Amino acid sequence: MIRRQAIVLLALVGLLVATYLWLYKIGVLGELKCGTGSCEYVQTSPYAEVLGVPVAFIGVIGYVVLFLAGLVGLQPTFQEDRRVTRLLAVLATVGFGFTLYLTAIELFVLHAICRWCVGSAVIMTAIWVLALAGVMRAPSAAAPPR
Amino acid sequence: MNRFYMLLVAVALIGGGVLWYGSRQEAAPAASAPVPLAAADGFQGFTLGSDSAKVEVTEYSDFECPFCASFATVQMPVIRQQLIATGKVRWRYRDFPLPSHQYSRYAALAAQCAGEQGKFWEMHDQLFSNHQWAQTGKNPAALFRDFARTIGLDVDKYDACVSSQRYAGRIQASVQEGEALGVRGTPSFFVGGRPFQGRATSDDFKALVDSLTKQRK
Repeated sequence: MIRRQAIVLLALVGLLVATYLWLYKIGVLGELKCGTGSCEYVQTSPYAEVLGVPVAFIGVIGYVVLFLAGLVGLQPTFQEDRRVTRLLAVLATVGFGFTLYLTAIELFVLHAICRWCVGSAVIMTAIWVLALAGVMRAPSAAAPPR
Repeated sequence: MNRFYMLLVAVALIGGGVLWYGSRQEAAPAASAPVPLAAADGFQGFTLGSDSAKVEVTEYSDFECPFCASFATVQMPVIRQQLIATGKVRWRYRDFPLPSHQYSRYAALAAQCAGEQGKFWEMHDQLFSNHQWAQTGKNPAALFRDFARTIGLDVDKYDACVSSQRYAGRIQASVQEGEALGVRGTPSFFVGGRPFQGRATSDDFKALVDSLTKQRK
C-alpha cells in the first residue's frame, strides 16, 4: 500500500516535470529555468523528439498512465490484486528503459545534461525500484498465515 | 488514506500553479529588441586562412538563415580542408542579419562576443551546427550561453559583452557595407572583391579559386 502510494505521488511529481518540459517544447514557456545545466540545448536537439512526438509529451503520457494505474491499485477492490502490481512493474520497466536511453543520449551523444531530465530520470528510477519491490514482495504477502 | 489524497491534491495544486504562473510570465527580453548602435570600429570581419592566400572570399551571412546553416555545415568543412587549409583562400565572415529573422542579430552579437575572446569560429560552428534554435522561435539566450560554456569562453565576460551589446555598431556597419555592395540575401559571397554568381558549393568555389590562382601566377 505504502509502495503504491509512493508510486502515485512520484508519478504526479514526474507528470509535473514532464508537463513543464512539454509546455516549453510547444512554446508556452519562453525559457527553461535550468541554472547551470544545458536544458535548452538538450530540449532543442533532434533527440528531443521521437517520430515527431516530443519526448516530453511521451513522458506526460507515461506518467499519467502510471499515476492512473497506481490510483486504481489503491482502491479497496484492487489493493491485493497482483495484476496491478505486475502492470505497474511492466509500465515502470518500460519507462525506466526509455529513461536509460534518453540519459545515454545526453551523456554520450549530446554531451549535455538537462537538470529537469535528470530529475525525471531519478523519479522514474525510484518508481521502477518500488514497482519491482512490489512484484518481489507480493507472493509472500499473499501466502496463508502460519 | 484521506491524508494521502489531500497530499496529492496539494502537490497537484502547487505544481499546477507554478506551471500556470510560469506560462503567464513573459519570456526573457526578446533579443531582437532595437539595439543601441555603438560607433563602428572599422572592423572588417573575422578571417580564416593565411594572410598570404592569393584569393580572398568574403561571405555575408546570417546565423538564423537555414541556407547559411546548410552551407556552413555541408560545404564549409570541404572548403576549409581543400581551400583554406591549403593556403589558397582566406575566408572573411561578415554579418548580414536579415530583419525578417528574430534572433539573428542577437546571434551575431553572441559570435562577436566569442570573437572578443578569440573564439569566433568556434561559436560560428556552434550556432550553425546546432541550428534547431532557429526553428523554435524561442529566446535562445540560455542556449547561446551553453554554447559559450561549451567552447570554453569566460561566461561572465561573455554575459557582460552580450548584455552591453558592445558590438552592435560593428554588426550594423557590416550590414550597411553589405547593402552598399548589393547584398540582398544570405549567404552572399564575393570572391576577390567581385560578386560570386555560382552555386554555393565547394566544387564551384574550388573551380573558381583554381581558375583565379592560375591567372595570378
